[in-house]
Amino acid sequence: MTSRLRDELKEKVAQTKPEERHILLCGGVPCRSLRCLEVKEAVSDELHKHNFEEKVKVLETGCIGNCKLGPSLIIFPEGVVYRRLKTENAREIIEEHVLGGRLLEHLLHRDSISDELQHRREDMPFFQRQRRLVLKNCGMISPGINSYLSNQGYAALAKALTELTPEEVIAEVSRSGLRGRGGGGFPTGRKWQAARDTPGAEKYVICNGDEGDPGAFMDRSIMEGDPHSVLEGLILAAYAVGAGQGYIYVRAEYPLAVQRLERAIGEARKSHFLGDNILEQEFSFDLEIRVGAGAFVCGEETALITSVEGSRGDPNPRPPFPVQKGVWGCPTVINNVETLANIPAIVLNGAAWFAETGTEKSKGTKVFALAGKVRHTGLVEVPMGTTLREIIFDIGGGIPAGKKFKAAQTGGPSGGCLTEEHLDLPLDYDSLKAVGSIIGSGGLIIMDEDSCMVDVARYFCDFNRQESCGKCTPCRIGNKRMLEILEKIISGQGEEKDLQRLEDLALLIKNASLCGLGRSAPNPVLSTMRHFRDEYLAHIKDKHCPAGVCPELSRYYIDAKECRACGLCARICPVEAIYEVENERVYRIDPEKCVDCGQCQEECPFEAIEGGRKRKKVAGV
Amino acid sequence: MITLTIDKQQVTVEKGTSVLEAARQLGIDIPTLCYLKDLNAPAACRVCIVQVEGRPTFDASCVLPAEEGMVVYTNTPEVLAARKQILELFLSDHPFECLTCERSLNCELQRLVKRYGIRDLHIEGERNHFITDDLSPSVVREPDKCVRCRRCISVCENYITAFVYRMVERSFQSIVAPAYNGSLMENSCIYCGQCITVCPTSALREKDSTAEVWEALANPDLHVVVQTAPAIRSSISEEFGFPVGSPVEGQMVAALRRLGFARVFDVCFAADICVMEESTEFLERLKEGGPFPQFTSCCPSWILFCEKFYPQLVDNLSAVKSPQQIFGVLAKTYYAKQEGLDPSKMFVVSIMPCVSKKYELLRPGMSASGFQDVDAELTTREFVQMLYQAGLDIKKLPPEEFDSPLGSASGAGIIFGSSGGVMEATLRTVYEKLSGEPLKRLELDEVRSQEYKKATIHAGEHELKVAVARGTGAARRLIDRMLEGEEEYHFVEVMACPGGCVGGGGQPIYFETNDWNEQISHRAKRSSGLYDLDRQKEYRKAHENPAVLQLYKDFLGEPGSPLAYKLLHSRNFPRKLYSEQPLLIQK
Amino acid sequence: MGNVRRRFYFFMKKPAAQLKEKAKGKYDKLDTVLEKYKGRGGVLVKVLQEAQEMYGHLPRELLIHVAYELDVPLSEVYSVVSFYSLFRTKTTGRIHLEVCSGTACYVKGMEDLLEYFRENLSLRPGGITDDEKYSLTTSNCMGVCSSAPVIKIGGELHGEMTLEKLQQLLKEHENDKQTQR
Ligand SMILES: Cc1cc2nc3c(=O)[nH]c(=O)nc-3n(C[C@H](O)[C@H](O)[C@H](O)COP(=O)(O)O)c2cc1C
Ligand code: SF4
Ligand code: SF4
Ligand code: SF4
Ligand code: SF4
Ligand code: SF4
Ligand code: SF4
Ligand code: SF4
Ligand code: SF4
Ligand code: FES
Ligand code: FES
Ligand code: FES
Repeated sequence: MTSRLRDELKEKVAQTKPEERHILLCGGVPCRSLRCLEVKEAVSDELHKHNFEEKVKVLETGCIGNCKLGPSLIIFPEGVVYRRLKTENAREIIEEHVLGGRLLEHLLHRDSISDELQHRREDMPFFQRQRRLVLKNCGMISPGINSYLSNQGYAALAKALTELTPEEVIAEVSRSGLRGRGGGGFPTGRKWQAARDTPGAEKYVICNGDEGDPGAFMDRSIMEGDPHSVLEGLILAAYAVGAGQGYIYVRAEYPLAVQRLERAIGEARKSHFLGDNILEQEFSFDLEIRVGAGAFVCGEETALITSVEGSRGDPNPRPPFPVQKGVWGCPTVINNVETLANIPAIVLNGAAWFAETGTEKSKGTKVFALAGKVRHTGLVEVPMGTTLREIIFDIGGGIPAGKKFKAAQTGGPSGGCLTEEHLDLPLDYDSLKAVGSIIGSGGLIIMDEDSCMVDVARYFCDFNRQESCGKCTPCRIGNKRMLEILEKIISGQGEEKDLQRLEDLALLIKNASLCGLGRSAPNPVLSTMRHFRDEYLAHIKDKHCPAGVCPELSRYYIDAKECRACGLCARICPVEAIYEVENERVYRIDPEKCVDCGQCQEECPFEAIEGGRKRKKVAGV
Repeated sequence: MITLTIDKQQVTVEKGTSVLEAARQLGIDIPTLCYLKDLNAPAACRVCIVQVEGRPTFDASCVLPAEEGMVVYTNTPEVLAARKQILELFLSDHPFECLTCERSLNCELQRLVKRYGIRDLHIEGERNHFITDDLSPSVVREPDKCVRCRRCISVCENYITAFVYRMVERSFQSIVAPAYNGSLMENSCIYCGQCITVCPTSALREKDSTAEVWEALANPDLHVVVQTAPAIRSSISEEFGFPVGSPVEGQMVAALRRLGFARVFDVCFAADICVMEESTEFLERLKEGGPFPQFTSCCPSWILFCEKFYPQLVDNLSAVKSPQQIFGVLAKTYYAKQEGLDPSKMFVVSIMPCVSKKYELLRPGMSASGFQDVDAELTTREFVQMLYQAGLDIKKLPPEEFDSPLGSASGAGIIFGSSGGVMEATLRTVYEKLSGEPLKRLELDEVRSQEYKKATIHAGEHELKVAVARGTGAARRLIDRMLEGEEEYHFVEVMACPGGCVGGGGQPIYFETNDWNEQISHRAKRSSGLYDLDRQKEYRKAHENPAVLQLYKDFLGEPGSPLAYKLLHSRNFPRKLYSEQPLLIQK
Repeated sequence: MGNVRRRFYFFMKKPAAQLKEKAKGKYDKLDTVLEKYKGRGGVLVKVLQEAQEMYGHLPRELLIHVAYELDVPLSEVYSVVSFYSLFRTKTTGRIHLEVCSGTACYVKGMEDLLEYFRENLSLRPGGITDDEKYSLTTSNCMGVCSSAPVIKIGGELHGEMTLEKLQQLLKEHENDKQTQR
């Protein structure tokens, strides 16, 4: 922030009267996990102390997006964002800023790249580069129906019910080019049309809020921050396909989302957006929430259906597709949360408006959940076709602690990794598919040089193995065998033949499994093998883990070229594992004796000691 | 009609036909493991995969509907390689025990492995190890050999409706099992053994009693007699190269003599007694006014089913024991007395199409002779195994006659082996007693195609409503309609197995026919063999059988006499479906 | 064939009263829930969720009770319980710990948290300490990935975990428990 801007702001803060202010505090789960509710309480207490609790309202929103700054709050009308708050900060915020009109510079965010203070959301590169269509309300309004209504909420529904036939709604959605955000990228309009065309008196719509992909939290934020947009989308879907009953399937790990949705449903019923004769029209529709019980496969459509029916989430073969035969054997449309949240704006503003954003074949925006080794983790909404570089470096602020970017995992356990060579790849459904990954639901995990890609493959493989329902052979046994080979490689027992075995198995599982879980489970293995083959070979041939993650392959060794034979290490070593090689004037570590304490490495004045397990203990970065 | 191309051949099939069935019409046999047409198609095993042009991955042909213009390849190098890999995966989690395995040579997994020429395992790893459940007297479950085909789930759920199995757990360690992967004993199992007959491997099998019988036969102190059930004489023939359903009564008797049994008797004789007692009980109920309906009681699985699922109806079950038990008790009392034998030195073996009878002989009340009435039961399959061991080929033996007196049966006793037989046999007697004239062949109306059959019979002034349920599933539906007051009967026959004992859980396994309905029609052929035998009999009604009349005269008095009651009747009790304490605990 | 699940309507239509007697009274609270859902389709998972909430875990006796009351085979009930990872058949410790093992948390070193429990409390995922004080499970992702690594202690989420913070939290919880008693 240039000093001119800062002065302007200071002046504005000074001129605003306390009672014109209101405070928006992020109550998203990540911020809650950092005790934001205690901050809220402290702020309210302070206001109460000064008898201002009536005049200055404290509102709780869903995730603002930049969770790394949490707990954070925004003071309106200036729009000043204070970040990383503790309860101790409440007093100064109220006394100094709210009542005193003085800007608290030490609570402002300092951009890590430009080293400038940033006081408003709009100023932060994190937000500047985004285009928030789906998330427009998230973190800006409180999740109740009144805020939603005053932001054009349910206007699309009113328009559809009074002006548009169901066919026209479908046509609009088709023309917009909207594709499913749940991973498959199937054109939403086409799916609706298929369900509408299937004969049947009873039809269903389901919102897939299972979000089982570990490392993804877009859908959670939408359900919590803007539940009514999901409801409105779902009601519009029901109107379009002719459904009378719907379900929202939410995973049990999201209790706040369940609570918010429940409240939203209650409010919508009261306002006649749900129930019989919605808005006095012919159309009737109601909703029920189904809470999952911890099974990734239940995100898969056919498994979701069996789960909604109260049973074990076993997938079933397709065809018949859910649009032909879904819940209780009736035609069923299943859409992802984000897909549905896009609908109201499309109906309201028209297909052409929506299609302005994005690439030729992937329209609109995509929300990514940015996590892992990146400075600003949080929710990021960008137009389809934005490059990985923009997301990681411009929005995410790059990799922390001066480390090097190594890979980004998209699509979670069903996806693949992108490497440096893909940094300038425009992210959309088709470009990612072409390089062996998927856009998936939008999880974007950044990894730096400290991540071992063989270990990452093992992690995802283990995940898929655990989550396999066990119904079909390739997935049930194949994933287990793949994991065993990876574990073998990681423990230093790998042979070169294992790479061929891995690949054969991966292709079998991909091609012969029953459902999407198995069909995509080998992706992480295939893609790391493709992009990081040398790392696999280092594990297998050199018995060495370059990233220093795999314990068995992270032995300490002395680089003979660097060693000056000072002998210091040998004196330090607590187990006398280091000896001088006769007639060679170098020292060597006996791997049989070494207990991996790492002391020698720290002490060697010439940095001649390599290897060792580098992954740091939990640091919270 | 739909035309598609499979392996470059065109074929036209009805809409809704699967690619697999379409290929079969062309004579191309796509391998299967989990599929059992019209009963089970979970698309789980994936050995039936094919490549469809334009589709990115393989598809399971057993569930893939044929579409117009589809181009399918069933045998490309990729498909073959994938099938082999899948089979290798199966083997990588399977004990290599073929040499000592009961299902060797008729195991579907083994056959597939042979068919695809798997010579070497390219992939190995940790294997599951579960505890084998051999607690029940009838069925042994060895989960290590399970291929998760789910056929047992389907047959137990849809046909038997005992709902014993499900997938439990998930991932690699998931397994098809009763609740808690526990014992059948602690669950709702009724020991019908139908799951055994559909299991492609030896994960399910009967408890082996052959060793016990060989030992008894070798014991010089024991007088070992055998009784053979009606339904085995027309099914054992299949194992020796006769056409399906050929009755080989005489050769079977000859073989049993050569195995060393002191006497070879016919259960059908006991069935005649059963008819006498059961018809007496029925007439009694008519006099007393109920309770109706009277349910037949010669199928132990059905009794268990009623005790577990409809405990409120146990008093409707006829109290008369099954022919096996009637025979056993008469052998150790009446026959022992006649021959001057010490019943403690007798060993009674029965050969049945049934695994449930292994359980029945241990039920309370089955030691009315003062000793365990029946000492061991062999299924048809075990009997065949013994014949193999002894080197006896039924085809090469001359026919011989049953021993008397416990070997002379009427036609009524013989048709016991077929569904509807017990009903008809009993009615032949009841009808005559009520109306004074002989019953012509009982005509039953088909209800709900095969589910159950019913008839109304006018006997004297009585109008008798009767029904026959094939399988406990059909019985369940019939009873539910009855309990809802929609239907009313006086006499209902229930046999647990498809088609009655001819389709029993101990019968030869049709491992070559992956079509449930075809298996059922095979079973029907076995029963027509029995009706042929019935027609050839001199006496076709139990109460005309001179051996039976003699027995009552010499020993029991009359049907329903106190002695008959003591020896031939037993009690049935309500039972719990699930035991609260687990008997088998998986690690 | 296929979706046979839907045919349960004829299962145990008239269960004999005497068979249910044993469980009588024991699950009164659950019975009100069962009453609410009885006769409706697709409620098994819901009932089990509520039952677990009430009793902390799902013992065999409870599952048998649910099977009788909902007219669902025990095999089905157990199949469902063993399939979903959130159902527990064993008791939990007084302080239940849940470590997120999702990707973001994994990348941020959640394994070290597990190692901490393994080394200091001999506690592994799915396990419970001998004194039944702590039990530990892992979860796939708590959806708080931006604050990874994440741990839930006694149902409360804590983000950006470090070993020091963890030790601090455990101490606090112990004190809480003691003052409550
Ligand atoms: C293993 C697996 C897990 C999935 N998980 C999710 C999920 O958590 N959320 C979701 O919306 N879609 C998930 N999907 C995709 C859904 O099956 C489905 O394609 C999607 O919900 C359709 O909605 P859309 O057309 O709006 O994308 C998953 C698919 C697979 C194969
Ligand atoms: S692919 Fe995996 S998850 Fe899907 S049905 Fe097969 S075993 Fe189940
Ligand atoms: S301390 Fe370094 S330079 Fe000195 S002997 Fe050891 S490895 Fe060589
Ligand atoms: S790491 Fe520790 S034990 Fe190993 S050689 Fe160095 S000082 Fe010795
Ligand atoms: S079940 Fe089949 S494959 Fe397995 S050991 Fe027995 S015969 Fe061999
Ligand atoms: S089949 Fe092969 S392994 Fe088996 S007994 Fe014969 S030679 Fe030996
Ligand atoms: S023996 Fe019969 S009742 Fe028992 S599990 Fe097998 S099929 Fe079901
Ligand atoms: S026990 Fe037999 S029938 Fe049942 S799933 Fe296993 S292999 Fe199939
Ligand atoms: S029908 Fe026959 S074979 Fe089947 S269980 Fe009953 S008695 Fe045994
Ligand atoms: S939860 Fe507060 S900013 Fe994301
Ligand atoms: S999947 Fe078709 S036979 Fe098993
Ligand atoms: S990965 Fe741990 S909260 Fe998402």
